[in-house]
Amino acid sequence: MSTTLSETNALDVLRSPPASKAALHPALGRWLLNGFVGLVLVFLLLPTVLVVPMSLGEAAYIQFPPEGLTLKWYQAYFSDADWMSATWFSLKIALATTLSATIIGTLASFAVVRGNLPGARALQALTLAPLIVPHIVLAVALYLVFAPVGLTGNFTGFAIAHTMMSVPYVMLTVSAALQRIDPALELAALNCGATRAQAFWHVVLPNIAPGVAAGAVFAFLASFDEATVAFFISGVDGKTITRKLFEDIDYNLTPVIAAASTVMVVLSLVLMGGVEWLRSRSAASTR
Amino acid sequence: MADVTAASSDRTAAGQLSRSASLALALPLVLLLVLAFLLPVAKLLMGSIFTPTPTAENYLRIAQEPIFLRILLRTVQTAAIVTLLAFVLGYPVALVMTRLSGRAAMLVAACVLIPLWTSVLVRSYAWIVLLQRTGVVNSTLMSWGLIDQPLKLIYTEGAVIVAMTHVLMPYMILPIFSALRSIPPELERAARNLGAGPWTSFTAVTLPLSLPGVYAGAIMVFILSLGFYVTPALVGGPQNLTIATLIGQQTTELLNWPFAGALAGVLLLVTLGLVGLFRRFLSFGKAA
Repeated sequence: MSTTLSETNALDVLRSPPASKAALHPALGRWLLNGFVGLVLVFLLLPTVLVVPMSLGEAAYIQFPPEGLTLKWYQAYFSDADWMSATWFSLKIALATTLSATIIGTLASFAVVRGNLPGARALQALTLAPLIVPHIVLAVALYLVFAPVGLTGNFTGFAIAHTMMSVPYVMLTVSAALQRIDPALELAALNCGATRAQAFWHVVLPNIAPGVAAGAVFAFLASFDEATVAFFISGVDGKTITRKLFEDIDYNLTPVIAAASTVMVVLSLVLMGGVEWLRSRSAASTR
Repeated sequence: MADVTAASSDRTAAGQLSRSASLALALPLVLLLVLAFLLPVAKLLMGSIFTPTPTAENYLRIAQEPIFLRILLRTVQTAAIVTLLAFVLGYPVALVMTRLSGRAAMLVAACVLIPLWTSVLVRSYAWIVLLQRTGVVNSTLMSWGLIDQPLKLIYTEGAVIVAMTHVLMPYMILPIFSALRSIPPELERAARNLGAGPWTSFTAVTLPLSLPGVYAGAIMVFILSLGFYVTPALVGGPQNLTIATLIGQQTTELLNWPFAGALAGVLLLVTLGLVGLFRRFLSFGKAA
C-alpha cells in the first residue's frame, strides 16, 4: 500500500471487508517489515561508512569508537612514496582505460545498432563474456600470457586488460542510448548533405552523450576499483592501489589503509553521483 | 542477454551503415576481445588438456583427490547460502523501496547503491576490522560483558558468508526492485478489494509476479560468489579455500599451471552452464 493518503486509499477502506481481528495485523506487519528492512540497511551501509571514522582516530591499532581526531593517517598516506606511486599508477591506468574503452565501445555500438554487421549476435555474446567469466579466470589467464612478454606490472598491459574488462559497460550504456534516439535525426542530417562522420559528430553524439558519459564513468571505476586481475598482473614496481591495499591488509594493518580506502570511496561516490545526476537529468528532459 | 540490436523492422536501409564501414567500426573491439580475452583464456584451458599430449589427468585429479572435491563442494555450498541470505535479507528491502517516494526512497536507494560503488577491497577490509580479535564486534561484546574472551570470528567460513552476502546483496536487490516496480499497483489493490489480506495478496499476486527478478538476482549472486576471489582470500584466509583462492594458490605458490587451468575450466563450465540455463532472466546492466 502506498504511504500517501489518496482517494484510492479511502476507497480501499470503504470496500475492504469489515475490519475485525485483522485490524491490528496490517499495521503490525508493516511495522515489522520496516524494522527488519532498517536493520538490513544498517548491515549494508555500516561496513562501508566505518572506514571513515577509523581513518580519523588517534590510535595506531583499531579502536571503536575512535579516540581523538587526527589527520596523521592521511598525512602518512599522502607522504608515502609507495602509496603515492600506486595511486598515480591506478589513476593513469583508469584514465587510459576510460579513453580507449569509451572510443572502442562507442564505435562498436554504432556498428551493432545502426550498421550491417555479419555475426552481430556472436559479437554481442563475446562482448558480454568478460562480465560473466569469473575474474580469477581472467586474472590467471592474463598473467599466463602477459608474463612471458613483459606486460606484467606494466602500464600497457594493464590498459589492455582493463579496457577489455570495461568495454562491456560502455557497449551496454551506449547501445541503450543509441536505441532511444530517432534514426530519422541522422537521416535528416545525411539528406541535408552531411557526411556520415559529420552526422555522427553533430547529431548522434550530442544525443547519446549521457549514455557515453555513463559508460565512461563505469569504465573508469571498473578499472580503478578492480582488484583480482590487478593482484595477479601487478609487478614489484608497477603496482595498483588495489594491489597495495591487498598487501597491506594482509601484512600491515594500520589506519593508513582506512585513509587510502576513504580516498577511494570518496572518488567512487563523487563519480557515481555524477552519473546518477546525469541520468536523472536526461530522464527529466526526455519526458 | 541484453538485446543490443534494435529490431530490424524499424530500420530503414537508407540510414544503415555499409557493411565495410560497420566492420571497420567494430574491428578494434573484435581485436581487443580476441587478443586480450579469447586467446588468454583458451591458452589457459589448452594447457590443462595438452601437456603436450592430450591428457585428462588434471581433471581426474580434481575428481579423485578428496581435498579438491571438498573445496569444490564447499564453494558451491557457500554460494548457495550467500544466495539464500541475500534473497531473505534483500527481498524486503526491494519491496519497501517500491513503496517509498521522495526523500525516503532516495535514502534507501543510497544505502543499496553506495556499497555497490565502493571497492570490494574496502568492504572486505571493513569486515576484517569488524571481526578481528580486537575488532569492533569483539570489543563491543566484551565491554557489554557478554563475553570475557574474544571470539574467533575472522578467518572462518561464517566470516566469508557474512562478508560475501554484504558485498553481493545489491546484485540481488536491484533486479527484484525493477521486477516489483513493473507490477501494476492495481493488481494488488484488486486482490485487496476482493477480500485478500496483505499477506495473501503478497503471496498470491506480488511474489509470483516478481519471480523473474528473483531468478535474475539469485543467478547473479550465485555465479559471482562461485568465482569470488578477493573476499574469501582476505576474510577467509588460507584455511578456508574456495575454488577461486585455490586457483590463485596453484598459480602463485605452486606454479602448477595445468592443474590451475583444469580448475579454471571447471569453474568456467559451471558458470557458463548456469548463464546458459537462466539466460532468459538475465539482463546485464550494473544498475537496473
